[in-house]
Amino acid sequence: MTPRRKRLVLVLGIIAGVSVAGALALSAFRQNVTFFFDPTQVTSGAVATGERFRLGGMVTKGSVQRAPGSLEVHFVVTDFKHDVPVSYTGVLPDLFREGQGVVAHGKMSGTTFVADEVLAKHDEKYMPPEVAKSLKKRQAESATPGGA
Amino acid sequence: MAWTWFHRLGSPPYIYGLAARLTPWFAWLAAVLIIGGLYGGLILAPPDYQQGDDFRIIYVHAPSAWMSLMVYSTMAISAGVGLIWRIKIAHAAAASCAPIGASFTFAALVTGSLWGERMWGTYWEWDPRLTSELILLFLYLGYMGLRSAMDDMQRADRASAVLAVVGIVNVPIIHYSVLWWNSLHQAPSVMQLAKPTMPPSMLIPLLMMLFGFTVLFVALLLVRLRAEILNRERAASWIREAVTQ
Repeated sequence: MTPRRKRLVLVLGIIAGVSVAGALALSAFRQNVTFFFDPTQVTSGAVATGERFRLGGMVTKGSVQRAPGSLEVHFVVTDFKHDVPVSYTGVLPDLFREGQGVVAHGKMSGTTFVADEVLAKHDEKYMPPEVAKSLKKRQAESATPGGA
Repeated sequence: MAWTWFHRLGSPPYIYGLAARLTPWFAWLAAVLIIGGLYGGLILAPPDYQQGDDFRIIYVHAPSAWMSLMVYSTMAISAGVGLIWRIKIAHAAAASCAPIGASFTFAALVTGSLWGERMWGTYWEWDPRLTSELILLFLYLGYMGLRSAMDDMQRADRASAVLAVVGIVNVPIIHYSVLWWNSLHQAPSVMQLAKPTMPPSMLIPLLMMLFGFTVLFVALLLVRLRAEILNRERAASWIREAVTQ
């Protein structure tokens, strides 16, 4: 082997070695790297009882209930397979909407997740307001019986 | 010989002159694209249906984040070429990339943090995407620190090249972090195989900014590379000729 060929093999070897080490480390710390757990993982017992964790999913449409006269709010987080009811007292972020992604930090109390922090998760879709409006209108039309 | 053009790329005087001739072209193209992209993104594009005008930070954030990865890849490949083929000009190019890449990474982190406060409700979370991008900033800073810690140019070149090559592992981790793990950060809107999740009125300015930032990087790299060559070859006779011309 020429010295140049040797150095090429060495550099490629370093990259391969570090990649394998990185992949092993990341898969070993999979639980720690994951930012949140979804409702299916939570209901199947992936989280130890009494442990603090983040719960992520969609806010179920029509599930948001605000207690009058306080900042207390109740809603349901779903991944369309399992649901977890959430209670939270505090200010919600601007982007918190029904049918939108949310990540809540807290712990389980019985079957309810008590959150002390709620973050809105934005999706990768962008559109002008008029397009969103007409999309909604078309959806409503196709939902009514007899509509196209 | 068919390879003479390639060998000339390893010659400092040739690169020094070539960079000087090419810089204005890239600089002007970058200026046109960025001014056009900013006008299209900040003034012509409609507001987003949920984020309103706040979404416009994407016109700086996404190109900066894209450049942070692209500059790192360029740096690591140059460093690897320098390491394997012992080409000095490749080490010089890698060294020139680092401050530019660090600046783009810093811009991506700051703009993302501002947007995060408005949309997520937090400036910072230890999320896979955010954390791996922060590690990228530390890789750039570590590379620059390692270089300046060594007085001998050749030792600095080789040691820092190994760091740059090892760090390339982080680049796919950053890109795929939002797909591999549950992440607060959204999936890519443009840099994906499927159709972009954006209408053309928002997408075209964004693509102009992406392209503009890429061309800006080339222009900055050429300027820095000339400075780097001047510093490295300061004892050479062709420098005296070039400077006194």
